Amino acid sequence: MARLNLWRWGVLALAGLYFLVPLAASVVFTVDVPGQGVTFDAYRQIVSTPGFGPGLLLSLELAAATIAVVLLLMVPATVALRLDASRLRPVVEVVCSLPLVVPPIAFVAGIATVLKWGPDYLSRTPLFQTFVAIQNQDFPVVLVLAYVVMALPFVYRSLDAGLRAIDVRTLVEAARSCGASPAQALVRAVLPNLRGALLNASFLTLALVLGEFTVAQLLGFTPFAVWIYSVGGSQAQLSVAVSVLSLLVTWALLLSLAVLGGRSRTAAKG
Amino acid sequence: MTAVLTEAEVAPAAAAQQRRRRRVSGTLAVLPLLAFTAVAFGIPAVAMLNGAFTVKDPTTGATSYGTANLTVSLHGAYLTALAGSVKLSAVCAALGTVLGLPLAQAVVTSRFRALREAVLTASGVLANFGGVPLAFAFVATLGNSGVVTRHLGLTDKGWSLYSFWGLVIVYLYFLIPLMVLTITPALEGLRTQWREAAQNNGATTLQYWRHVALPVLGPSLLGGLVLLFGSAFSAYATAAAMVGSAVPLVTLQIADALSGNVLVGQENVALALSLDMVLVAGLVMAVYLPLQRRSARWLA
Repeated sequence: MARLNLWRWGVLALAGLYFLVPLAASVVFTVDVPGQGVTFDAYRQIVSTPGFGPGLLLSLELAAATIAVVLLLMVPATVALRLDASRLRPVVEVVCSLPLVVPPIAFVAGIATVLKWGPDYLSRTPLFQTFVAIQNQDFPVVLVLAYVVMALPFVYRSLDAGLRAIDVRTLVEAARSCGASPAQALVRAVLPNLRGALLNASFLTLALVLGEFTVAQLLGFTPFAVWIYSVGGSQAQLSVAVSVLSLLVTWALLLSLAVLGGRSRTAAKG
Repeated sequence: MTAVLTEAEVAPAAAAQQRRRRRVSGTLAVLPLLAFTAVAFGIPAVAMLNGAFTVKDPTTGATSYGTANLTVSLHGAYLTALAGSVKLSAVCAALGTVLGLPLAQAVVTSRFRALREAVLTASGVLANFGGVPLAFAFVATLGNSGVVTRHLGLTDKGWSLYSFWGLVIVYLYFLIPLMVLTITPALEGLRTQWREAAQNNGATTLQYWRHVALPVLGPSLLGGLVLLFGSAFSAYATAAAMVGSAVPLVTLQIADALSGNVLVGQENVALALSLDMVLVAGLVMAVYLPLQRRSARWLA
């Protein structure tokens, strides 16, 4: 048994070393600048660096829009699948796993091709204005479209797991018997019971959008992740400092999700 | 579908109609999702297919359908990149599986609940952590002027982060946690009784693992391996932020061809390369999904 424990602690210690050293080293890298000693300048500069505010704001706006759209599309669909459209279940399952088969870089290659149709073929049609509008630099709708597609697998899995845990049919029928309209039944009876799954889906989508780089960079937009990349070339300390901060923020978000999720699970049991 | 029923008609007809109406409203609730994916996903997918098979004659400018782009995408520098991606993903997936399994086992068999919860939560976080920040964290650690590199004098010993093995080390940072997450449910499904039964029959630990545990874990392990492969294969941001184009990878090639960095007019080759990637990723999923279903049945 002692041998077993030694083995276990060895494995855990090695893993701890591998996963903690890069984080610690990043902090040291930003704080301990050669020739200057210990300084927090890198962190102080972040806010005043051009592009930081707009990049972060754009990322947050994109995240909010993506979460709203993906939930508006997926919640009615998944609830309907539970209730009475179960014949469509295989179709929805396939649709929601397709994005897993198409890597983001391949997806963006397709999107870039479509966007080029605008000036090439459609310049005299009303559609052209749509193409221009969805590529607006201030708020690129095309990114929201792409992110919603990329979030579909996570959101489907999370909502499906949530719905599996509750008896949707009974809930809806009870609400309807009490005189609720279908919309009321969904909003006042089903959604409160899905709180955990909805939070889960939203947080995963948020993490996806905040960290997304491939699609945004190749379509020429600069949300937060692309901005970090662009300062990386010139200001090493600063870019690592931002990376550390963005890590901490993402982790705080995901950890709070884990804690909230854990709590709602125990609440459901009790 | 909206036939009007009179009072005289019997209850079964009314019930049937209600059922039908419900089914129609259910379909209506699913339709926006299908319409959205048809536009946001279907159109780019069709554009990719169409572009990959469209051949443009450089002299006349005439276009026709053919497989020339696909042929180009499987030759020369493009083939090197594709092979590089496959090799990197295979090495990463194998190492991630071999290293993730003992870690998961150490965590699952631990008596400390808090440790288990902490490691699993951390894995969930780390598995989602890729991209630019990860690359910069490693540049700060093991890059040319990284903290660890300077303190240990690694550059003199021939170390470079901007290489194949450098990428492997970075990728494992999110692949090992992914493996831990994938394999933990399977490890939890291994019953203590099986180990006890094997011991009572005189089996050694090695024999137990070889004849009992690994065969049961087989599908989950293989599924995890394939998932890791797919994840490493489609990664782009980390590699782009870290190595530029020092290591030939198919994702970097596509990005270069798309942004016209190499040659003008390579967009269709980029689409053909994307199609190659989709085929590989599709193969991965075709292996993964049945395996996942099988392991789920075993552990039920």
